[in-house]
Amino acid sequence: MSTARTRLAGVTGHRLFWPLVVLVVLLAANTVYRPSFLSVELKNGHLYGSLIDILRLSAPLILVALGMSLVIATGGIDLSVGSVAAVCGAIACLYISEQPDQNSLGGVLTAVAIAFGIALLLGAWNGILVAGIGIQPIIATLILMVAGRGLAQLVTSGQIITINSEPYKTIGVGHLLTLPFAIIIALAVTLVVALLTRRTALGMIIEAVGGNAEASRLAGVRSRRITFLVYVVSAACAAVAGFMMTANVSSADGNAVGLWVELDAILAVVIGGTSLVGGRFYLSGTIVGALIIQTLTTSVYAMNIDPQTALLFKAVVVIAVCLIQAPAFRARFRRRQAPGVPPAAPVEKQKEQVPA
Amino acid sequence: MRKTGTTITRRGFGAILAAGLMATSLAACGNSDTGSEAGDSKGDGQIVLGFSQVGAESGWRTANTNSIKESAEKAGIKLQFDDAQQKQENQIKAIRNFIQQKVDVIAFSPVVESGWDTVLKEAKDAKIPVILTDRAVDSADKSLYKTFIGSDFVKEGRLAGEWLVEQKKAATGPVNIVELQGTTGSAPANDRKKGFAEAIAANPNLKVVASQSGDFTRAGGKQVMEQFLKANPKIDVLFAHNDDMGLGALEAITAAGKVPGKDITIITIDAVKDGMQALADGKFNFIAECSPLLGDQLMDLVKKVKAGEEVPARVETQETTFTQEQAKAALPTRKY
Repeated sequence: MSTARTRLAGVTGHRLFWPLVVLVVLLAANTVYRPSFLSVELKNGHLYGSLIDILRLSAPLILVALGMSLVIATGGIDLSVGSVAAVCGAIACLYISEQPDQNSLGGVLTAVAIAFGIALLLGAWNGILVAGIGIQPIIATLILMVAGRGLAQLVTSGQIITINSEPYKTIGVGHLLTLPFAIIIALAVTLVVALLTRRTALGMIIEAVGGNAEASRLAGVRSRRITFLVYVVSAACAAVAGFMMTANVSSADGNAVGLWVELDAILAVVIGGTSLVGGRFYLSGTIVGALIIQTLTTSVYAMNIDPQTALLFKAVVVIAVCLIQAPAFRARFRRRQAPGVPPAAPVEKQKEQVPA
Repeated sequence: MRKTGTTITRRGFGAILAAGLMATSLAACGNSDTGSEAGDSKGDGQIVLGFSQVGAESGWRTANTNSIKESAEKAGIKLQFDDAQQKQENQIKAIRNFIQQKVDVIAFSPVVESGWDTVLKEAKDAKIPVILTDRAVDSADKSLYKTFIGSDFVKEGRLAGEWLVEQKKAATGPVNIVELQGTTGSAPANDRKKGFAEAIAANPNLKVVASQSGDFTRAGGKQVMEQFLKANPKIDVLFAHNDDMGLGALEAITAAGKVPGKDITIITIDAVKDGMQALADGKFNFIAECSPLLGDQLMDLVKKVKAGEEVPARVETQETTFTQEQAKAALPTRKY
């Protein structure tokens, strides 16, 4: 009995347990509402269904949140990711729209390369402000968040640039091995980042910088260089996300692309169990967090929740996730239970709240 | 660890405050500069109009901005233009700046319907007449503004609905309609929904089976339509509150293996160039126009209001509707 309980505590104590429970509950609620929600069929040689939509649409958020995780691990924050996505999407679309043949692969690759290069510059700008000059990350990146939105509108001259380019469209809506190409890109980037940070000392060094930059510098870590690097990586991730968002609708809208994605990304990181204080990061948690956020958005549409109450619905779920994630909250809740009752009660509570 | 955390937060908060102060002081500098300019021009007897635009969210809005700028120049009115970038707080700030600058007339397109009473009261106390353009406010006190010039969104929704009723009058079975609403709480979304619902009430077969907000954007329209298509096996009609959401939805419909304009009848509002192109191509079926070219009418009103003349409380912009054939004819000369 006691070993079973410790094992249960081991499972429920895992930091991914509660976010995954929430994800499953969200999917279950959708399935109850519409049993065909989980069904996936083969259409035109690729998979088609709400689950696939969730995967495809969460790809940009996963990317942005990935970069954000690393930035937050160093104790920083990057508010400029939405604007960087908008700028890069706009530059790529503008370049393609000026090509004589929008479908030429070379033109699209050049467009993406130029925009990606700009993203690295923008990331380096953030990195210099934070690591070089020592401005508070929230302020340093706020500059680019505001200026970048303007820059994106400048690039598009305030218009929506519509393009008609099959190769570019593939980034957003194409398929590879029947799966959305976007999610494959996102997972590939995740894999690379995970290998680089967890199979080498890089991850530990990033966490060390976040824990105490000065102490890690004295211990021989080039903490400024690491801080600079994470902002560049974050901007690079945001750029690819920007390509996906603009490719999804074959148009660049300087105002709407990546709007508020920085907040969603921060939320995804936090839901995934990474503390905003820095010093720790969990990539797997971040991905689950991003999936939860996209599932939540899709649920609102799939369950046809009244738009007037949709924001409230989202807020309630997010608060519930954050609360049941907090060990202090769970401990307080458990103390009220009669001794011997396993900590299943919070799950019940969550189940009641979500369909409301 | 915890200690570091609190100090970081506290420092971060201080920095935010500092940045906030910096921003306000910068804005204040901006004011005094433009303020003196406005003062100078007043000496020439030139009318100064302070205009706060919603943002530049679409081709429609850009055409609206250009129309106002061109007409102001033509009418010899000095225009203080402000872009609120979709934020009410920016717009309130801009109106306060206009009041400080003592412009002759303030005009603005409200980002949202509610929450304007205080700042409009300030304008009234400063004896600066206010003209609303394009979007209304839900203020109970009508004396807070002189007039409202703009499209009648309820009428646009009604025109869209009436066309559908006419098209489907022979329908014997239920006609399933899905609706892509604009930004939740915005006047065009509320009114177009209302007008459309009123018109289709004439035929009980016409039923809105799902209605969601696509935020007036292509990405929003596409994302919502994807779920509509999965949740509702039989969709006959799509009513989108603007062209852009309709254009986004087109992609979702094509991806679902359906033919837009044939399998699903698509009705939108606005008639921007990309929308008209889709209509001419047979992908859309009907567009109720919402014209942004109200600059000349606005400048007339500004002059009348400044001269103290009586103006009607509601001025409608000149608008029409388009079918596929009409779109083909109108497309080559379309300005926006």
